[in-house]
Amino acid sequence: MARAATNRRKTINTILAWSVGLLIFFPILWTILTSFKTEGDAIAYPPKFLFFDWTLENYSIVQERSNYMRYLWNSVIIAGGSTLLGIIIAVPAAWSMAFVPSKRTKDILMWMLSTKMLPAVGVLYPIYLMFIKLGLLDTRLGLVIVLMLINLPIIVWMLYTYFKEIPAEILEAARMDGASLKSELLYVLTPMAIPGIASTILLNIILAWNEAFWTLNLTAAKAGTLTAFIASYSSPEGLFYAKLSAASTMAIAPILILGWFSQKQLVRGLTFGAVK
Amino acid sequence: MATKASRSAARLMMAPAVILLLGWMLVPLIMTLWFSFRNYLPLKGGDLGFAGFDNFIRFVTSTSFWPAIGATMTIVVGALVITIVFGVLLALLLDQPMWGQGIVRILVIAPFFVMPTVSGLVWKNMFLDSVNGLFAQIAKMFGATPVEWIIDQPFPSLILIVSWQWLPFATLILLTAIQSLDSEQLEAAEMDGAPPLKRFWYITIPHLSRAITVVLLIETIFMLSIFAEIKMTTAGAFGTKTLTYLIYQRVLESQNVGLGSAGGVYTIILANIVAIFLMRLVGKNLDA
Repeated sequence: MARAATNRRKTINTILAWSVGLLIFFPILWTILTSFKTEGDAIAYPPKFLFFDWTLENYSIVQERSNYMRYLWNSVIIAGGSTLLGIIIAVPAAWSMAFVPSKRTKDILMWMLSTKMLPAVGVLYPIYLMFIKLGLLDTRLGLVIVLMLINLPIIVWMLYTYFKEIPAEILEAARMDGASLKSELLYVLTPMAIPGIASTILLNIILAWNEAFWTLNLTAAKAGTLTAFIASYSSPEGLFYAKLSAASTMAIAPILILGWFSQKQLVRGLTFGAVK
Repeated sequence: MATKASRSAARLMMAPAVILLLGWMLVPLIMTLWFSFRNYLPLKGGDLGFAGFDNFIRFVTSTSFWPAIGATMTIVVGALVITIVFGVLLALLLDQPMWGQGIVRILVIAPFFVMPTVSGLVWKNMFLDSVNGLFAQIAKMFGATPVEWIIDQPFPSLILIVSWQWLPFATLILLTAIQSLDSEQLEAAEMDGAPPLKRFWYITIPHLSRAITVVLLIETIFMLSIFAEIKMTTAGAFGTKTLTYLIYQRVLESQNVGLGSAGGVYTIILANIVAIFLMRLVGKNLDA
């Protein structure tokens, strides 16, 4: 009896959750489906859900016409470059705060977090001006630097929370055995820190990939990322639904896949350890 | 415990991050403050001298100021209420035993990974468009007149888009918090005869209050500065010029840098007020 009741509840939960899940996912699903339609089918009334002539034509048109590869390459370089640079700067900082804490460690961490709260638009002109003066406007290097800086607090924080979980006794034992700082770093700490570093990299690639404010305001045709590539569809090309969908699918697919791997890190990275 | 040598080594290792962030924060901030007191018009000859508090006064007395505050508040409050209410409900649902939980989680989380320019354009054209959008087509099926969503209902449209993007975030964090709830407490209450609604109100919600606060604060900070969603849909038309968008237009489009910078100073103050509360919460957790 009780078992049948639990099973029925489970069935109801399943139906309910799947319906809500599909509803939330629907805009993405619809975009992906539309990307395989002809322009005619894309605006057909009544709407065609699955039964249409599937075609890959939109993908080849978008690639040919808009230099998709260049934008993709810019996205890869900028998201990857800013993350990598951030990691190189943040690992030593997080390491020292986690293992050699001082009275001021907490204040420094909190202060770093506060820089993340600075509204971008408040400093838009100074950055814009500096970019012009330094010749960084519409360059990959410029965007790598800016995105690295806006994500640096998150990187330091995430790494700090991961490093904190490494038991200090192990380090002390290594020190007792006469390990130097260098070998301590290389042979003891690094292997234990790699999973945390990998998660941090993943989340920050996602954040940098999807960043829009600085990307839209500081780049144009040359260093534009996929965010800018999609923005170029705003009008009147956006009226071609199938092509807009193909372009959108190509822009979000890589990160959708990466994102699914990083659900757990998302919570840690975006709440600064305030929710566990 | 730590030797003097390792302390100074630690300081050295921290230095690059601290110096970079300090520069990143101070230099633009000081420049914005400086510009906000200047008559700075790059298209009309640049810096035309000291302006006193003129920019600050003109920014808040201009006809677009209060509408911008109103637009910002409408979008932020609307999206916050929706994401938190539905986030709690969705998190409760996802916490229940079911088949294919992992897949449902993936479906629910997906919108968070969609870049803002894509969500803006896809919603605007493929769903909200009054001729070929899916909503219009569904309306036609039921014999209703399609709505010009973006033009006639710009705020519901924007709130819908922003909520869709942020619901996954709220759900994910609230789900994490629910999963840390001690199930024994709920079981004990159930045995004592507490009905589900009471259990939810007196045990689950108090347990979630901290996570809800965190979601509230973080979402507020991010939503105060939404930009691409507006640029891609209304471009600030139809009364949807938020504070962020207004400043962007002042600074980059009409190149009134002094005025825009004064606006920037206001948003920095506003964001800091929200940030103080968030920092307190985070700081408490750091001690624990």
